[in-house]
Amino acid sequence: MNNQRSFFLNVDWLTVLLYLALCTIGWFNIHAAVYDENHQSIFDMDTEYGKQFIFIVSALVIGIVILLLESRFLSALAPFIYIVTVLLLLLVLVAGHNVGGNQAWIDMGGGFRLQPSEFAKFATCLLLARYLSATNVKVTDTKSFLIAGGIILLPMMLIKMQPDDGSTLVFCSLIFVLYREGLSVYFLVIIGLLAALFISSLLFNAWYIIIAMVIVLALLLFMFGRNRKFATGLIIGFVVAVGFVFAVKPLYQHVLKPHQRVRIDEVLGLSKDLRGVGYNQNQSKIAIGSGRVWGKGYLQGTQTKYSFVPAQSTDFIFCTVGEEWGFAGSVVVLGLYLFLLLRIIVIAERQRAPFSRIYGYGVASIIFCHVVINIAMAIGYMPVIGIPLPFISYGGSSLWSFTTLLFILLKLDSSRMGLSTDRF
Amino acid sequence: MNNFFERRYVIAGIFIALIFVLLARLFYIQVVDDRYALYASQNVVRKFVKYPARGPILDRTGKIMVQNEPVYDITVVPKQVKAFDTVEFCKLLGIDREGYDKRMTKARKYSPYRTSVFEKQVTVEQYAAFQERLSEFPGFDTQQRSLRNYPDTAAAQFLGYIGEATDAIIKRSNGYYSPGDYVGITGVEKSYETVLRGQRGVENIMVDSRNVRKGKYANGAFDTAAVAGERLISSLDMNIQKLGEQLMQNKIGSVVAIEPSTGEILCFVSSPTYNPNLLVGKERGHNAGLLYKNPYKPFFVRPIQAYYPPGSSFKPLSALVAMQEGVITPQTIYHCPGYYIAGNRRVKCFQGEVHGDVNLASAVAHSCNGYFDMVFERLVNRQGGGRKTDTAYNYWRNNVAKFGLGSRLNLDLPAENRGNLPKAAYYDKIYGKNGWRSSTVISLAIGQGELLATPLQLANIEATIANRGYYYKPHLIKSIGDKQVIRKEYTERNYVGVDSQYFNPVINGMQNVVDYGTAHSSKIPGIIMCGKTGTVEVRNKKDNSVFVAFAPRDNPKIAIAVVVENSGQGATWAAPIASFIVEKYLRGSISKRESGINPDYYIGKNLLPDIVVKPVDKAKLKADSIKKATADSLKKAAADSLKRLKSAQNKPAKKAAANKLTAMLPNRRDDE
Repeated sequence: MNNQRSFFLNVDWLTVLLYLALCTIGWFNIHAAVYDENHQSIFDMDTEYGKQFIFIVSALVIGIVILLLESRFLSALAPFIYIVTVLLLLLVLVAGHNVGGNQAWIDMGGGFRLQPSEFAKFATCLLLARYLSATNVKVTDTKSFLIAGGIILLPMMLIKMQPDDGSTLVFCSLIFVLYREGLSVYFLVIIGLLAALFISSLLFNAWYIIIAMVIVLALLLFMFGRNRKFATGLIIGFVVAVGFVFAVKPLYQHVLKPHQRVRIDEVLGLSKDLRGVGYNQNQSKIAIGSGRVWGKGYLQGTQTKYSFVPAQSTDFIFCTVGEEWGFAGSVVVLGLYLFLLLRIIVIAERQRAPFSRIYGYGVASIIFCHVVINIAMAIGYMPVIGIPLPFISYGGSSLWSFTTLLFILLKLDSSRMGLSTDRF
Repeated sequence: MNNFFERRYVIAGIFIALIFVLLARLFYIQVVDDRYALYASQNVVRKFVKYPARGPILDRTGKIMVQNEPVYDITVVPKQVKAFDTVEFCKLLGIDREGYDKRMTKARKYSPYRTSVFEKQVTVEQYAAFQERLSEFPGFDTQQRSLRNYPDTAAAQFLGYIGEATDAIIKRSNGYYSPGDYVGITGVEKSYETVLRGQRGVENIMVDSRNVRKGKYANGAFDTAAVAGERLISSLDMNIQKLGEQLMQNKIGSVVAIEPSTGEILCFVSSPTYNPNLLVGKERGHNAGLLYKNPYKPFFVRPIQAYYPPGSSFKPLSALVAMQEGVITPQTIYHCPGYYIAGNRRVKCFQGEVHGDVNLASAVAHSCNGYFDMVFERLVNRQGGGRKTDTAYNYWRNNVAKFGLGSRLNLDLPAENRGNLPKAAYYDKIYGKNGWRSSTVISLAIGQGELLATPLQLANIEATIANRGYYYKPHLIKSIGDKQVIRKEYTERNYVGVDSQYFNPVINGMQNVVDYGTAHSSKIPGIIMCGKTGTVEVRNKKDNSVFVAFAPRDNPKIAIAVVVENSGQGATWAAPIASFIVEKYLRGSISKRESGINPDYYIGKNLLPDIVVKPVDKAKLKADSIKKATADSLKKAAADSLKRLKSAQNKPAKKAAANKLTAMLPNRRDDE
């Protein structure tokens, strides 16, 4: 009895509250997005908002079940869960159900579909946490780094084959986990620089970029040139960068698929096709922008209600938030996310067991990646990538997957004082 | 805790930074940039025009001449159509399966999501039957529109018709009209278009991405209501209008009657006419085509577009001008030997009749050409003739012009003709400067030669004489709208520059014309009518019969001009027709005449001339037989077109109207 009470007291209720707030916001916005006069009740089970209600309730059940689990299972089962997920990812490539060009679903019968890529997220986090928390594993070691990288890359490649670009991209965010566990800061810097170079190479003439880089190089050498090692690194980096700049265009042309290229072109302003490729994003921007400061009000959004915005209940759900609740709504939603993310970091950092901490960072990275990509896409900062907004977008798989992801952390956190802490 | 504990701040920092980047961008597009709100409303709001009801037109007694008749269309939204009993559906609308498929394909082609007209203008019975069972046919609906309807089928050229706006009209309207809008094309419908059309309303409707209507924008806060067109009260009297049209059927010509005290036109007959209902509805295009091909040109508005030499009907005016100028007095005597010698020409009186000593009144009564030739020469030669002819002629011309001849009276109908009243310069051009004398243009004295007047101008001259010296601008619309607004220009007197004292002698003569002169057989018992006959020679054809008059002599109520083309003497046709209309107007009925004439004879008489073949290529028509054959085939074509016209009008319901129409349509002449 006493044990029970302390268990519930140990759950981080603040996170649960944030979670519930986001789910509720999602539910109401799905209602607004697909609202029509024939199905006015928010509990109408024929509609997406009716179904989302069931999804939320069942997600809560899943959450409670996870909280009741013995936490040591999680670490022990990590490899098993990972292997099952990988097998499912293989299965889906063979016998999957294709929706919109993505072979991502397994039909479970009765109109019920499973999306293994969603489970891959926490499965990967779990195994990564388990591997990195082992006593003699250090990310700074090449071998450990490669194994950790392999754990991330395997499901990533399989998902890429579906092909689901959005989910693939999400796994990249696990670099934060590796960074937290000791990966050199240069990795982050280099990745950032490569991204910047990639974009600017598409936008500007290669020679201008090289001139700019030469100037930066000269400045850096002038200031820190005495450090021989640093100077050598800089010069090597420069040579690689020059090569990269020239490689970008051919890579862009040949490696990326046409539909990916046109979407990137649209965001970078290299082409303008508001009726074709750019239609979705343009309508999404109009929806969000027309919300102004306080929004048009609940169920008053014309862009979303009259289906100018596509996929309004799933990938473009943020349009409804922006249109009906305005900038105020945007601030609230992004604020909740930021609060949740920072809270997860706090939770992660207070763990005694590295397993729990690493897992916590995995959760934060994945949620963060989803939020940033989804909203950036909705406001035209990113190419259109099908990726749900955590807890808010319509869909059972994604909601359950995020719930599982988060509640495993809550479970680990609630038992951090207990028996299990000794073991990890 | 481990060595990399501090790195949490880097990660948290990256999270915070990126979220703030997103917020900054959101702040920009949601708060700073206001274009998106505009784009959103452009996306969703469509303006729909609400069409007002077109104003009705009434006659002077309040009888409806044109009104709006509701018609019903069946509409369909193809995407909403679900399985239903097609056989029953087709039976209801009287179409077959093939027709159904054709219509559906057309509608789907236009848009699967938007309303399009499935079947236009179904009958009231079909509409009622369909409306009752509407729920059985999902996706279908009915829509009401209004068409013009003419209960009396009279005064077609006066009313004109409406039609879809042409490209030229749309261009000229500066964006007011758009394709498919109806506008007045001719007649009052055209000249009062801006009043009749009313004021359009706008409805702001929200549509979804497929353009399906979703309801009012902002609860209709920015909508405006349509204001119905104004009601026009016309000056016409339907009783005499209809009588006039009957009397003129199977004849070519015009009747124009004016109320002298107002300038209101009481009767406006252009013959041959047509049934205005033919130019409404489904068969409109077909009927219009037939009417255009009709060789008697029913679309020609003869009262204002045809012009004729006024002939002897011009004589009273001539006398008035002469008296005002002091070249004659009522007592001036002229000895008529049966002809007049002008220069080296001899101008005969009508049929060579010798009138002996005539004064003004008897000259008018007996239409003595000699007397008026004398008057004309006196006027034109008063400055000595010769080189002064030019100036004197122009002086005379200007006096005549004051009566409205040679210029438009600006009737409230489009396309009025000005007739012709030549200036001296015209003759200078033909005969050279000073190459002509009064004798050269002596035909003008008796209203022939180059002088041409529309029937409206003739009637207006009579109204001026009836008023003893002034006229009100003739007009067809008495007042506009519920407030009965009358245009200011119609309340102003236009003086013609002849003192009222000079009118009596002329009017005496005109009374004599009817009492015992040329038009004595048209005398109306108990009503003093003052008139003047005119028999105008037409080259190679029968004379035009002209009669002008006003009645009663004191306090005149009606002035009238009647022209019957190529029919004979003025007294034979035009005068009796005028007398019946005048009596009908003044008395409400037509009494038995001493002379024994009665309207039925004139109504039944066919005076349509043969259709003249214009020799387009004379070489082709050299041989008589060929000429005859061509003429025959053209006649046949005319007859055929009429036959088709008759069969066409059996379709549009109204049978009573149809009978009337048959009677009114020009037949092939069956006598002569």
